[in-house]
Amino acid sequence: MARLTAGVASSHVPLMGVAHDQKKDRDDYFGPIFAGYDWTRQWEKEQKPDVVILVYNDHASAFDMKIIPTFAIGCGEHYKPADEGWGPRAVPDVIGHPDLAWHIAQSLVLDEFDMTIVNEMDVDHGLTVPLSMMFGDVAEWPVKVIPLAVNVVTYPPPTGNRCWALGEAIARAVASFPEDLNVQIWGTGGMSHQLQGPRAGLINRAWDNMFLDGLVGDSDHLRHIPHIEYLRETGSEGIEMVMWLIMRGALGKTTRCLHRHYHVPCSNTAIGHMVLEPQP
Amino acid sequence: MTHRASQPTDIHAYLADLEDIPGTRVFTAARARQGYHLNQFAMSLMKPENRARFKADERGYLDEWAITPEAKKAVLARDYNALLDLGGNIYFFSKLFSTDGIAFAEAVSTMTDMPWPDYRQMMINGGRSPEGVRSIREKR
Repeated sequence: MARLTAGVASSHVPLMGVAHDQKKDRDDYFGPIFAGYDWTRQWEKEQKPDVVILVYNDHASAFDMKIIPTFAIGCGEHYKPADEGWGPRAVPDVIGHPDLAWHIAQSLVLDEFDMTIVNEMDVDHGLTVPLSMMFGDVAEWPVKVIPLAVNVVTYPPPTGNRCWALGEAIARAVASFPEDLNVQIWGTGGMSHQLQGPRAGLINRAWDNMFLDGLVGDSDHLRHIPHIEYLRETGSEGIEMVMWLIMRGALGKTTRCLHRHYHVPCSNTAIGHMVLEPQP
Repeated sequence: MTHRASQPTDIHAYLADLEDIPGTRVFTAARARQGYHLNQFAMSLMKPENRARFKADERGYLDEWAITPEAKKAVLARDYNALLDLGGNIYFFSKLFSTDGIAFAEAVSTMTDMPWPDYRQMMINGGRSPEGVRSIREKR
Protein backbone atom coordinates (compact mmCIF):
# COMPACT_ATOMS: atom_id res chain seq x y z
CA MET A 1 0.00 0.00 0.00
CA ALA A 2 1.06 3.59 -0.47
CA ARG A 3 2.63 5.18 2.60
CA LEU A 4 2.50 8.86 3.62
CA THR A 5 5.94 9.12 5.20
CA ALA A 6 6.63 12.82 5.78
CA GLY A 7 5.40 16.38 5.52
CA VAL A 8 7.42 19.35 4.32
CA ALA A 9 6.46 23.00 4.74
CA SER A 10 8.12 25.81 2.83
CA SER A 11 7.66 29.37 1.66
CA HIS A 12 7.62 29.72 -2.14
CA VAL A 13 8.74 33.30 -2.85
CA PRO A 14 9.42 33.86 -6.59
CA LEU A 15 12.74 35.54 -5.76
CA MET A 16 14.01 32.22 -4.31
CA GLY A 17 13.53 30.76 -7.79
CA VAL A 18 15.33 33.70 -9.37
CA ALA A 19 18.26 33.36 -6.93
CA HIS A 20 18.45 29.65 -7.66
CA ASP A 21 18.21 30.05 -11.44
CA GLN A 22 20.80 32.86 -11.52
CA LYS A 23 23.12 30.98 -9.12
CA LYS A 24 23.03 33.74 -6.49
CA ASP A 25 21.90 31.26 -3.86
CA ARG A 26 25.09 31.43 -1.80
CA ASP A 27 25.62 35.21 -1.81
CA ASP A 28 25.31 37.36 1.32
CA TYR A 29 21.58 37.96 0.85
CA PHE A 30 20.42 34.51 -0.21
CA GLY A 31 23.06 32.34 1.53
CA PRO A 32 21.25 32.27 4.90
CA ILE A 33 17.95 31.41 3.17
CA PHE A 34 19.34 28.50 1.14
CA ALA A 35 21.56 27.18 3.96
CA GLY A 36 18.38 26.27 5.82
CA TYR A 37 17.48 23.86 3.00
CA ASP A 38 20.83 22.01 2.83
CA TRP A 39 19.71 19.51 5.48
CA THR A 40 16.51 18.80 3.56
CA ARG A 41 18.24 18.31 0.20
CA GLN A 42 20.43 15.61 1.76
CA TRP A 43 17.44 14.06 3.57
CA GLU A 44 15.38 13.95 0.36
CA LYS A 45 18.26 12.11 -1.40
CA GLU A 46 18.09 9.47 1.32
CA GLN A 47 14.30 9.33 1.49
CA LYS A 48 13.79 8.95 -2.28
CA PRO A 49 10.04 9.66 -2.25
CA ASP A 50 8.13 8.32 -5.25
CA VAL A 51 5.43 10.97 -5.21
CA VAL A 52 4.94 14.41 -3.65
CA ILE A 53 1.44 15.78 -3.15
CA LEU A 54 2.35 19.44 -3.51
CA VAL A 55 -0.12 21.85 -1.93
CA TYR A 56 0.34 25.36 -3.31
CA ASN A 57 -1.61 28.28 -4.63
CA ASP A 58 -1.76 29.44 -8.20
CA HIS A 59 -0.89 33.17 -8.39
CA ALA A 60 -3.15 34.11 -11.30
CA SER A 61 -1.22 31.85 -13.69
CA ALA A 62 -3.29 28.77 -14.59
CA PHE A 63 -6.44 30.23 -13.06
CA ASP A 64 -7.53 33.78 -13.77
CA MET A 65 -10.80 35.44 -12.74
CA LYS A 66 -12.82 33.23 -15.10
CA ILE A 67 -12.71 30.12 -12.91
CA ILE A 68 -11.79 30.05 -9.21
CA PRO A 69 -11.61 26.52 -7.80
CA THR A 70 -11.27 26.34 -4.02
CA PHE A 71 -9.45 23.00 -4.13
CA ALA A 72 -8.09 21.69 -7.46
CA ILE A 73 -6.15 18.45 -7.93
CA GLY A 74 -3.89 17.86 -10.92
CA CYS A 75 -4.58 14.46 -12.50
CA GLY A 76 -2.55 15.09 -15.68
CA GLU A 77 0.54 13.34 -17.05
CA HIS A 78 2.74 16.46 -16.97
CA TYR A 79 2.77 20.21 -16.36
CA LYS A 80 4.92 22.97 -17.84
CA PRO A 81 6.38 25.88 -15.84
CA ALA A 82 4.17 28.95 -16.34
CA ASP A 83 5.21 32.19 -18.01
CA GLU A 84 4.46 34.66 -15.20
CA GLY A 85 5.45 37.71 -17.20
CA TRP A 86 9.19 37.22 -17.69
CA GLY A 87 9.19 33.88 -19.54
CA PRO A 88 8.89 30.42 -17.96
CA ARG A 89 11.54 29.30 -15.45
CA ALA A 90 14.20 27.10 -17.05
CA VAL A 91 13.40 24.15 -14.81
CA PRO A 92 12.30 20.64 -15.80
CA ASP A 93 8.69 19.88 -16.67
CA VAL A 94 6.74 18.49 -13.74
CA ILE A 95 5.70 14.87 -14.18
CA GLY A 96 2.38 13.87 -12.62
CA HIS A 97 1.16 10.58 -11.20
CA PRO A 98 -2.30 10.23 -12.77
CA ASP A 99 -3.00 6.81 -11.19
CA LEU A 100 -2.57 8.03 -7.63
CA ALA A 101 -4.00 11.48 -8.40
CA TRP A 102 -7.22 10.05 -9.82
CA HIS A 103 -7.42 7.61 -6.91
CA ILE A 104 -7.13 10.51 -4.46
CA ALA A 105 -9.61 12.66 -6.44
CA GLN A 106 -12.23 9.90 -6.52
CA SER A 107 -11.69 9.04 -2.86
CA LEU A 108 -11.99 12.68 -1.82
CA VAL A 109 -15.26 13.20 -3.65
CA LEU A 110 -16.71 10.06 -2.03
CA ASP A 111 -15.35 11.38 1.28
CA GLU A 112 -17.43 14.55 0.62
CA PHE A 113 -14.63 16.85 -0.56
CA ASP A 114 -15.90 18.14 -3.90
CA MET A 115 -12.63 18.60 -5.75
CA THR A 116 -12.04 20.32 -9.05
CA ILE A 117 -10.12 17.97 -11.35
CA VAL A 118 -7.51 19.53 -13.63
CA ASN A 119 -5.94 17.59 -16.50
CA GLU A 120 -4.03 20.40 -18.20
CA MET A 121 -2.43 23.44 -16.61
CA ASP A 122 0.86 25.27 -16.27
CA VAL A 123 2.38 25.46 -12.80
CA ASP A 124 3.83 28.68 -11.42
CA HIS A 125 6.47 29.56 -8.81
CA GLY A 126 4.15 28.35 -6.05
CA LEU A 127 4.91 24.81 -7.19
CA THR A 128 8.31 25.01 -8.89
CA VAL A 129 10.14 27.05 -6.23
CA PRO A 130 9.62 24.43 -3.50
CA LEU A 131 10.90 21.75 -5.93
CA SER A 132 14.05 23.79 -6.53
CA MET A 133 14.53 24.40 -2.82
CA MET A 134 14.22 20.69 -1.96
CA PHE A 135 16.05 19.15 -4.96
CA GLY A 136 18.39 21.89 -6.23
CA ASP A 137 19.67 22.09 -9.78
CA VAL A 138 18.58 18.85 -11.48
CA ALA A 139 18.06 17.70 -15.09
CA GLU A 140 14.73 16.19 -14.10
CA TRP A 141 12.74 16.25 -10.87
CA PRO A 142 13.44 13.05 -8.92
CA VAL A 143 9.76 12.63 -7.97
CA LYS A 144 6.33 12.50 -9.53
CA VAL A 145 4.18 15.41 -8.40
CA ILE A 146 0.47 15.70 -7.74
CA PRO A 147 -0.35 19.43 -7.74
CA LEU A 148 -3.04 20.45 -5.28
CA ALA A 149 -3.96 24.09 -5.83
CA VAL A 150 -5.85 26.06 -3.18
CA ASN A 151 -7.60 29.37 -3.73
CA VAL A 152 -6.08 31.90 -1.32
CA VAL A 153 -6.48 34.88 -3.66
CA THR A 154 -10.23 35.60 -3.89
CA TYR A 155 -12.06 35.74 -0.54
CA PRO A 156 -13.04 33.69 1.21
CA PRO A 157 -10.32 31.05 0.94
CA PRO A 158 -11.11 27.73 2.64
CA THR A 159 -11.01 27.78 6.44
CA GLY A 160 -8.03 26.36 8.29
CA ASN A 161 -10.34 23.74 9.73
CA ARG A 162 -11.45 22.63 6.28
CA CYS A 163 -7.84 22.50 5.08
CA TRP A 164 -6.87 20.30 8.04
CA ALA A 165 -9.83 17.98 7.37
CA LEU A 166 -8.88 17.78 3.68
CA GLY A 167 -5.41 16.68 4.76
CA GLU A 168 -6.94 13.93 6.90
CA ALA A 169 -9.01 12.76 3.92
CA ILE A 170 -5.94 12.79 1.64
CA ALA A 171 -4.13 10.56 4.15
CA ARG A 172 -7.03 8.07 4.08
CA ALA A 173 -6.98 8.11 0.27
CA VAL A 174 -3.22 7.50 0.07
CA ALA A 175 -3.46 4.64 2.57
CA SER A 176 -6.00 2.83 0.34
CA PHE A 177 -3.90 3.00 -2.84
CA PRO A 178 -2.73 -0.56 -3.56
CA GLU A 179 0.73 0.19 -5.02
CA ASP A 180 3.68 0.40 -2.62
CA LEU A 181 4.67 4.06 -2.92
CA ASN A 182 6.63 6.39 -0.65
CA VAL A 183 4.49 9.55 -0.64
CA GLN A 184 5.25 12.92 0.90
CA ILE A 185 2.90 15.85 1.29
CA TRP A 186 4.21 19.41 1.10
CA GLY A 187 2.42 22.55 2.28
CA THR A 188 3.79 25.73 0.75
CA GLY A 189 3.42 29.52 0.89
CA GLY A 190 3.78 31.99 3.76
CA MET A 191 5.02 32.89 6.19
CA SER A 192 4.15 36.46 7.20
CA HIS A 193 4.05 38.86 4.25
CA GLN A 194 1.94 41.63 2.83
CA LEU A 195 2.47 42.59 -0.82
CA GLN A 196 -0.06 45.41 -1.12
CA GLY A 197 -1.04 48.82 0.19
CA PRO A 198 0.60 51.16 2.71
CA ARG A 199 0.94 48.29 5.22
CA ALA A 200 3.15 46.26 2.83
CA GLY A 201 6.27 44.73 4.33
CA LEU A 202 4.60 43.45 7.48
CA ILE A 203 6.51 40.66 9.22
CA ASN A 204 5.57 38.95 12.49
CA ARG A 205 8.41 36.78 13.70
CA ALA A 206 6.72 35.88 17.00
CA TRP A 207 3.45 34.78 15.36
CA ASP A 208 5.24 32.80 12.64
CA ASN A 209 7.23 30.90 15.26
CA MET A 210 4.09 30.25 17.28
CA PHE A 211 2.65 28.72 14.10
CA LEU A 212 5.77 26.57 13.54
CA ASP A 213 5.59 25.40 17.17
CA GLY A 214 1.94 24.47 16.67
CA LEU A 215 2.70 22.11 13.78
CA VAL A 216 4.70 19.83 16.05
CA GLY A 217 3.22 17.36 18.51
CA ASP A 218 -0.40 16.42 19.06
CA SER A 219 -2.19 19.76 19.31
CA ASP A 220 -4.67 20.73 16.60
CA HIS A 221 -5.29 24.30 17.78
CA LEU A 222 -3.94 25.83 14.54
CA ARG A 223 -6.94 24.54 12.60
CA HIS A 224 -9.20 26.95 14.50
CA ILE A 225 -7.32 30.18 13.70
CA PRO A 226 -9.77 32.45 11.82
CA HIS A 227 -8.78 34.18 8.58
CA ILE A 228 -8.87 37.60 10.21
CA GLU A 229 -6.08 36.60 12.60
CA TYR A 230 -3.77 35.61 9.72
CA LEU A 231 -4.56 38.92 8.02
CA ARG A 232 -4.06 41.12 11.06
CA GLU A 233 -1.01 39.34 12.46
CA THR A 234 0.86 38.11 9.37
CA GLY A 235 -0.18 40.41 6.51
CA SER A 236 -2.69 39.98 3.74
CA GLU A 237 -0.66 37.27 1.99
CA GLY A 238 0.10 35.42 5.25
CA ILE A 239 -3.24 33.69 4.64
CA GLU A 240 -1.24 31.25 2.47
CA MET A 241 -0.35 29.45 5.70
CA VAL A 242 -3.75 27.72 5.70
CA MET A 243 -2.19 25.51 3.02
CA TRP A 244 0.34 24.21 5.54
CA LEU A 245 -2.60 22.84 7.52
CA ILE A 246 -3.51 20.44 4.68
CA MET A 247 -0.01 18.98 5.07
CA ARG A 248 -0.31 18.92 8.87
CA GLY A 249 -3.78 17.35 8.81
CA ALA A 250 -2.49 14.56 6.56
CA LEU A 251 0.21 13.58 9.07
CA GLY A 252 -2.28 12.36 11.66
CA LYS A 253 -2.61 12.96 15.36
CA THR A 254 1.02 13.49 16.33
CA THR A 255 4.10 14.78 14.50
CA ARG A 256 7.79 14.93 15.19
CA CYS A 257 9.98 17.76 13.87
CA LEU A 258 13.06 16.66 11.93
CA HIS A 259 14.20 20.07 10.71
CA ARG A 260 13.20 23.72 11.17
CA HIS A 261 14.38 26.93 9.52
CA TYR A 262 13.22 30.55 9.74
CA HIS A 263 14.73 33.63 8.11
CA VAL A 264 13.71 37.24 7.46
CA PRO A 265 13.65 38.52 4.76
CA CYS A 266 13.41 37.18 1.25
CA SER A 267 12.03 40.06 -0.79
CA ASN A 268 8.86 41.04 1.19
CA THR A 269 8.52 37.73 2.98
CA ALA A 270 9.48 35.72 6.05
CA ILE A 271 10.88 32.34 5.03
CA GLY A 272 9.71 29.35 7.02
CA HIS A 273 10.63 25.74 6.37
CA MET A 274 9.95 22.60 8.35
CA VAL A 275 10.22 18.83 7.91
CA LEU A 276 7.83 16.69 9.91
CA GLU A 277 7.14 13.01 10.20
CA PRO A 278 4.02 11.32 11.51
CA GLN A 279 4.36 9.62 14.89
CA PRO A 280 2.40 6.38 15.27
CA MET B 1 -15.70 13.51 12.66
CA THR B 2 -17.03 16.84 13.85
CA HIS B 3 -15.04 19.86 14.85
CA ARG B 4 -16.15 23.21 16.10
CA ALA B 5 -16.29 25.84 13.38
CA SER B 6 -13.09 27.86 13.19
CA GLN B 7 -14.70 30.78 11.37
CA PRO B 8 -17.47 33.23 12.07
CA THR B 9 -20.50 31.94 10.22
CA ASP B 10 -21.99 35.43 9.93
CA ILE B 11 -20.74 36.55 6.52
CA HIS B 12 -21.53 40.19 7.28
CA ALA B 13 -19.32 40.22 10.36
CA TYR B 14 -16.66 38.32 8.41
CA LEU B 15 -16.64 40.87 5.60
CA ALA B 16 -16.73 43.82 8.01
CA ASP B 17 -13.61 42.48 9.74
CA LEU B 18 -11.79 42.34 6.40
CA GLU B 19 -12.29 46.11 6.03
CA ASP B 20 -10.87 46.79 9.50
CA ILE B 21 -7.17 46.37 8.67
CA PRO B 22 -5.21 49.60 8.16
CA GLY B 23 -3.57 50.10 4.76
CA THR B 24 -4.98 46.86 3.33
CA ARG B 25 -7.54 45.99 0.66
CA VAL B 26 -8.54 42.37 1.02
CA PHE B 27 -9.59 40.88 -2.34
CA THR B 28 -13.25 40.34 -1.54
CA ALA B 29 -15.99 39.39 -3.99
CA ALA B 30 -16.96 43.07 -4.25
CA ARG B 31 -13.41 44.01 -5.32
CA ALA B 32 -13.15 40.97 -7.58
CA ARG B 33 -16.30 42.08 -9.41
CA GLN B 34 -15.26 45.72 -9.62
CA GLY B 35 -11.80 44.84 -10.93
CA TYR B 36 -12.73 41.94 -13.19
CA HIS B 37 -11.65 43.41 -16.53
CA LEU B 38 -8.75 45.29 -14.98
CA ASN B 39 -7.34 42.03 -13.62
CA GLN B 40 -8.00 40.17 -16.85
CA PHE B 41 -6.07 42.92 -18.67
CA ALA B 42 -3.12 42.36 -16.32
CA MET B 43 -3.44 38.61 -16.84
CA SER B 44 -3.13 39.08 -20.61
CA LEU B 45 0.47 40.26 -20.07
CA MET B 46 1.50 36.66 -19.40
CA LYS B 47 1.77 36.23 -23.18
CA PRO B 48 4.96 37.61 -24.77
CA GLU B 49 3.11 38.88 -27.85
CA ASN B 50 0.71 40.86 -25.62
CA ARG B 51 3.59 42.30 -23.60
CA ALA B 52 5.17 43.50 -26.84
CA ARG B 53 1.93 45.09 -28.05
CA PHE B 54 1.33 46.75 -24.67
CA LYS B 55 4.85 48.16 -24.54
CA ALA B 56 4.54 49.53 -28.07
CA ASP B 57 1.25 51.37 -27.33
CA GLU B 58 0.05 51.21 -23.72
CA ARG B 59 -2.94 53.46 -24.23
CA GLY B 60 -4.08 51.66 -27.38
CA TYR B 61 -3.76 48.27 -25.69
CA LEU B 62 -5.76 49.45 -22.67
CA ASP B 63 -8.50 50.77 -24.96
CA GLU B 64 -9.18 47.17 -26.04
CA TRP B 65 -10.40 46.38 -22.49
CA ALA B 66 -13.71 47.23 -20.81
CA ILE B 67 -12.07 49.25 -18.04
CA THR B 68 -12.86 52.74 -16.82
CA PRO B 69 -10.88 55.85 -17.83
CA GLU B 70 -9.89 56.17 -14.16
CA ALA B 71 -8.45 52.66 -14.16
CA LYS B 72 -6.62 53.24 -17.44
CA LYS B 73 -5.08 56.38 -15.96
CA ALA B 74 -3.97 54.45 -12.86
CA VAL B 75 -2.35 51.75 -15.03
CA LEU B 76 -0.50 54.34 -17.14
CA ALA B 77 0.71 56.05 -13.93
CA ARG B 78 1.55 52.67 -12.27
CA ASP B 79 -0.45 53.95 -9.29
CA TYR B 80 -0.86 50.61 -7.54
CA ASN B 81 -2.76 51.94 -4.53
CA ALA B 82 -5.32 53.46 -6.90
CA LEU B 83 -5.50 50.15 -8.77
CA LEU B 84 -6.18 48.29 -5.50
CA ASP B 85 -9.01 50.74 -4.80
CA LEU B 86 -10.43 49.98 -8.26
CA GLY B 87 -10.49 46.24 -7.62
CA GLY B 88 -7.02 45.35 -8.85
CA ASN B 89 -5.27 42.36 -7.30
CA ILE B 90 -1.55 42.28 -6.68
CA TYR B 91 -0.97 38.81 -8.14
CA PHE B 92 -2.57 39.94 -11.39
CA PHE B 93 -0.62 43.21 -11.38
CA SER B 94 2.63 41.35 -10.80
CA LYS B 95 2.42 40.62 -14.54
CA LEU B 96 2.76 44.38 -15.07
CA PHE B 97 5.76 44.53 -12.69
CA SER B 98 7.37 41.82 -14.80
CA THR B 99 6.50 43.55 -18.05
CA ASP B 100 8.16 46.70 -16.67
CA GLY B 101 11.18 44.66 -15.55
CA ILE B 102 10.83 45.95 -11.99
CA ALA B 103 11.50 43.76 -8.95
CA PHE B 104 8.39 42.62 -7.09
CA ALA B 105 9.51 44.21 -3.82
CA GLU B 106 10.38 47.49 -5.53
CA ALA B 107 6.88 47.66 -7.06
CA VAL B 108 5.41 46.84 -3.65
CA SER B 109 7.42 49.63 -2.04
CA THR B 110 5.68 52.20 -4.27
CA MET B 111 2.47 51.53 -2.31
CA THR B 112 4.11 52.52 0.98
CA ASP B 113 5.34 55.90 2.22
CA MET B 114 8.95 54.76 1.76
CA PRO B 115 11.37 55.07 -1.14
CA TRP B 116 12.62 51.68 -2.39
CA PRO B 117 16.06 51.78 -0.68
CA ASP B 118 14.40 52.57 2.68
CA TYR B 119 11.78 49.87 2.18
CA ARG B 120 14.47 47.34 1.28
CA GLN B 121 16.41 48.27 4.42
CA MET B 122 13.25 47.96 6.53
CA MET B 123 12.83 44.40 5.24
CA ILE B 124 16.47 43.56 5.99
CA ASN B 125 15.94 44.96 9.49
CA GLY B 126 13.08 42.53 10.07
CA GLY B 127 10.11 44.10 8.26
CA ARG B 128 7.20 46.25 9.38
CA SER B 129 5.91 45.54 12.88
CA PRO B 130 2.23 44.61 13.19
CA GLU B 131 2.09 46.86 16.28
CA GLY B 132 -0.57 49.54 15.75
CA VAL B 133 -1.63 48.31 12.28
CA ARG B 134 -3.74 45.29 13.23
CA SER B 135 -7.15 46.96 13.55
CA ILE B 136 -8.64 50.34 12.75
CA ARG B 137 -11.51 50.15 15.25
CA GLU B 138 -9.50 48.61 18.06
CA LYS B 139 -6.53 50.95 17.50
CA ARG B 140 -3.96 48.19 18.06
